[in-house]
Amino acid sequence: MLQLLADLARWLTGPAQWQGPEGIAVRLLEHLEYSLLATLAGAALALPLGLLIGHTRRFAFLAINLAGFGRALPTVGLVTLVFLAGGLSMWPVYVALIALAVPVIVTNTYAGMTAVDPDVTDAARGVGMTGPQVLFKVELPLALPLVMTGLRLAMIQVVSTATIAAYVSFGGLGRYIFDGLAQRDLVQVLGGAVLVALVAVLLDLAMAGLQRSLFRNRPADAR
Amino acid sequence: MTVLTLDHLSIAVPAVLCGLVIALPLAVVAHRVRMLRGVILGVSNVLFTIPSLAFFVLLLPVTGLTRSTAITGLTIYTLVVLIRNTVEGLDSVPADAREASLAMGSRPLRTLLTVELPLALPVIMAGVRVATVMTISLVSVASYIGYGGLGQLFTDGFQRSYTTPVIAGVLLTLLLAVLADGLLVTVQYLCTPWTRHRTTAARTKRTGAVPRTKPEEV
Repeated sequence: MLQLLADLARWLTGPAQWQGPEGIAVRLLEHLEYSLLATLAGAALALPLGLLIGHTRRFAFLAINLAGFGRALPTVGLVTLVFLAGGLSMWPVYVALIALAVPVIVTNTYAGMTAVDPDVTDAARGVGMTGPQVLFKVELPLALPLVMTGLRLAMIQVVSTATIAAYVSFGGLGRYIFDGLAQRDLVQVLGGAVLVALVAVLLDLAMAGLQRSLFRNRPADAR
Repeated sequence: MTVLTLDHLSIAVPAVLCGLVIALPLAVVAHRVRMLRGVILGVSNVLFTIPSLAFFVLLLPVTGLTRSTAITGLTIYTLVVLIRNTVEGLDSVPADAREASLAMGSRPLRTLLTVELPLALPVIMAGVRVATVMTISLVSVASYIGYGGLGQLFTDGFQRSYTTPVIAGVLLTLLLAVLADGLLVTVQYLCTPWTRHRTTAARTKRTGAVPRTKPEEV
């Protein structure tokens, strides 16, 4: 066990390990690229949808059921399926990651919108605001904390799952896990796992910090 | 196929049950001791951010390449949902109910078991449902370490470049999740007869309030 930890430390800190196209630095950047692109694309799809459902209160069943569906859908199966159907490209990875991000963001955006006090939106309409004005000047700012929580959750899940890029022969930190498993090289597998876990935890902390500094001027109950 | 489905359940069910056994006492502690609440919720949150595949792999040196690796990893994942919902459920129990029970001479443990936990059950069950559906979907990740239940169909289909087992795997996983969720809803319905009356009451109250009359209109 101790020997393993020592090997792991050596693997993580070895200078050779960080250089070249197979190095940790490159894999780290690849991993971040996949995760950030997928989260952004997911947000671009899910935010308007969530806002629309929350604003009109129509198709609410969609927002609610999407969450359950998203939780139940096995991502590994989805990647494999799109890969077999579409061939070798980054598509399977992005499709699967976006499918993972969208439900979380839609549901949280919708939840944030429904949590807005109806008296407030009524008052906004009462002073003559148009629908879009109510949405962007009243509902969205009030719903923002929950929307951010949704984005954070989506981001973490996407970072965790981006390891599957390596499953369909692309890069990212998952490379070490899959290569290591194939080569029966436990140290490499553990190294990859530690790195992914670190990236996920650190990104979540960064997002939490960002969220806190964005909403610093809010009364405590709005958080 | 039946074997794989049973295999899937033999990983998911113990994981959720172990999760409950660990989460309930921790949640009670978090509910009672304010100082520990942040610590317990924080730690379970951090554990949840660790990617599932990484988790299974990190457990390998401890538990070896066995089924318990998959179960342990999934158990830890259920904790965050179960603990958070149980704490919220216990928080939602009216203080009056607890105090009435204590005043009638029940010891705190008895009050917890016969008054607080049953009243918190709807919220706790909501957590159990989320945890179960999530776990059933995550079991397939364990196919990388050889114990994935229906997830084996994905690796199988991938290696043979054959979509049928993959589609079957995805559909069966979804079906299993839906069935498990329905089962839990039924269990909750049977276990909490007092909420049925209250839900209808709340529903009529809610629909009654739909044309919200503002004071100036009255």
